[in-house]
Amino acid sequence: MKKSKSFFLMFGLAVVIYAVIQFLLYNGILNPFYENTLITILINIMLAVSLHLVIGITGQFSIGHAGFLAIGAYIAAIFTMKLQMPFIVALIAAGLAAAIAGLIVGIPSLRLRGDYLAIATLGFAEIIRIVFLNWDFVGGARGMMITRMTDWTIAFICTILTILVIANFTNSRHGRACISIREDEIAADAMGINTTYYKVIAFVLGSFFAGIAGGLYSHNFYIIQPGNFGFLKSFDILIFVVLGGLGSMSGAVISAILLTIISTFLQEYSETRMIIYSLVLIIVMLYRPQGLMGTKEITQLFQKKKSFKGGKQYGHFES
Amino acid sequence: MEWIQQIVNGISLGSIYALIALGYTMVYGIIKLINFAHGDVFMIGSFVGFFAITGWNLGFFPALLLSMTVCAILGVIIERVAYKRLRNSTRIAALITAIGVSLLIEYVVIYFRGAQPEAYPKEILPAKSFELFGAKIDSQSLYILLITIVLMVLLQFIVHRTKIGKAMRAVSHDQDAAQLMGINVDTTISATFAIGSALAGAAGVIFGLYYIKIDPLMGIIPGLKAFIAAVLGGIGIIPGAMVGGFILGIVEVIVSAFGFSSWRDAAAFIILILILIFRPSGIFGKNTREKV
Repeated sequence: MKKSKSFFLMFGLAVVIYAVIQFLLYNGILNPFYENTLITILINIMLAVSLHLVIGITGQFSIGHAGFLAIGAYIAAIFTMKLQMPFIVALIAAGLAAAIAGLIVGIPSLRLRGDYLAIATLGFAEIIRIVFLNWDFVGGARGMMITRMTDWTIAFICTILTILVIANFTNSRHGRACISIREDEIAADAMGINTTYYKVIAFVLGSFFAGIAGGLYSHNFYIIQPGNFGFLKSFDILIFVVLGGLGSMSGAVISAILLTIISTFLQEYSETRMIIYSLVLIIVMLYRPQGLMGTKEITQLFQKKKSFKGGKQYGHFES
Repeated sequence: MEWIQQIVNGISLGSIYALIALGYTMVYGIIKLINFAHGDVFMIGSFVGFFAITGWNLGFFPALLLSMTVCAILGVIIERVAYKRLRNSTRIAALITAIGVSLLIEYVVIYFRGAQPEAYPKEILPAKSFELFGAKIDSQSLYILLITIVLMVLLQFIVHRTKIGKAMRAVSHDQDAAQLMGINVDTTISATFAIGSALAGAAGVIFGLYYIKIDPLMGIIPGLKAFIAAVLGGIGIIPGAMVGGFILGIVEVIVSAFGFSSWRDAAAFIILILILIFRPSGIFGKNTREKV
């Protein structure tokens, strides 16, 4: 009962945000530049939340998220530009293609742990990028011309769906299994949790939403090139998750919004932006390694401290 | 006899990877950290060598020594400022800090001198070529190989015959026990960073000599590939890094020779993934049992 109340509260909030911004856009108070920024923010939120599922919830350190973004971007572009399919079909295809890629990448590499997993995912992302670079059908290094199709409404719907699915997944039996893997993989294994299964599930789900974000991303610009999906892009997504707090979805959302706004303003000074990014990353890791929000959600900040029935919803790092 | 030619090219490329890989493997062996900033130390080394040769008109060997010294100091600074506090934190935190340091070095260099590439002067070393079994061999390739071998022999000497080398081996074996035996762990770790970074600096100068073009983001790809070489040979094992570097260099040259030069980088990553899946401890590594 309580859960559904907060669900409707959040849903109402989302509708209000949508209505207000749609009103502002419709009346021309926010010009197309702001609409573009808003779409970028939404895409980044989707990327951050989908990576949060892999790193924050399941504790699998993947630094190759841009690879799935690239697959989504290119598959969606092929569906709309080459096969003349509607945009929605292209988005779903992008998600499915990225999910299949996630499955193919995940099954062998999720056997690895920690640093090795990070490097393996980075390697897979680079291989994906090199495949697109050498594929003449999608233009190779020159890139592919694309009609702009992403608008504010579809980006908003996709983002809300992403947040909804991942939040529900996290609070389900599966999500708790994933959290137990993050806290202690060996103990989770000993308790009878099929760790490989849950790691792959989280990875595939994360890849699926990264793929949809990729579809939106490619149709928000007029051209996509393999160079857009290098590991700097993966690090950008990683920074959202790490800064927000490993294990906090609202943290990931907040840092995605803030960092996108900051980087939009610093667009002309890209070196300064990267210096600030890297300094923030180092300082946060040195002085607050759990990130801004830790594993807490923003709704928990407003609740009074009380004993939770049946344990806390989220585990807490004791470091 | 084109094959011998290709193998020689592969060995030259491989010696650059091997020199960088040694730094990765030593640092990983001692504090279990993938030092992502290592590729950027290599870049700094290349630029120091460049400015020493063009700006101060130094010869090749003084420039090499200068670059190694600067890189050793830089490595120690990075370790002291960024990594020292992270010794007891989670692996993810350490890895992210390393990525941060790497980005910081790259973009600080771009900020101060721009992203435009620079061309190494030719003819710093006598460039003669001669025939060997029908293959044309550049004297530069021989110099590169010679410098690499000398540095590797020196490294083996330091690690196995000196007091600091003994301390390094002890700390990498068991840090707490080494500390109890009176070894200064901080100094030992700093020395490891200094030696590893000096080797990366030497690799940077050699890279400039061999490939001419250098730029502030040049460290990323050779850095990653050197890491692959270190994993290939068995991370933490010094001879493994050397062998891994040479194998990777030769494989890359062969892939290019078959006409797939745009797939060269992919080949390296495919090797990485295969080795991680089938033999994660590397060619020379021993399997370790997982402990709770």
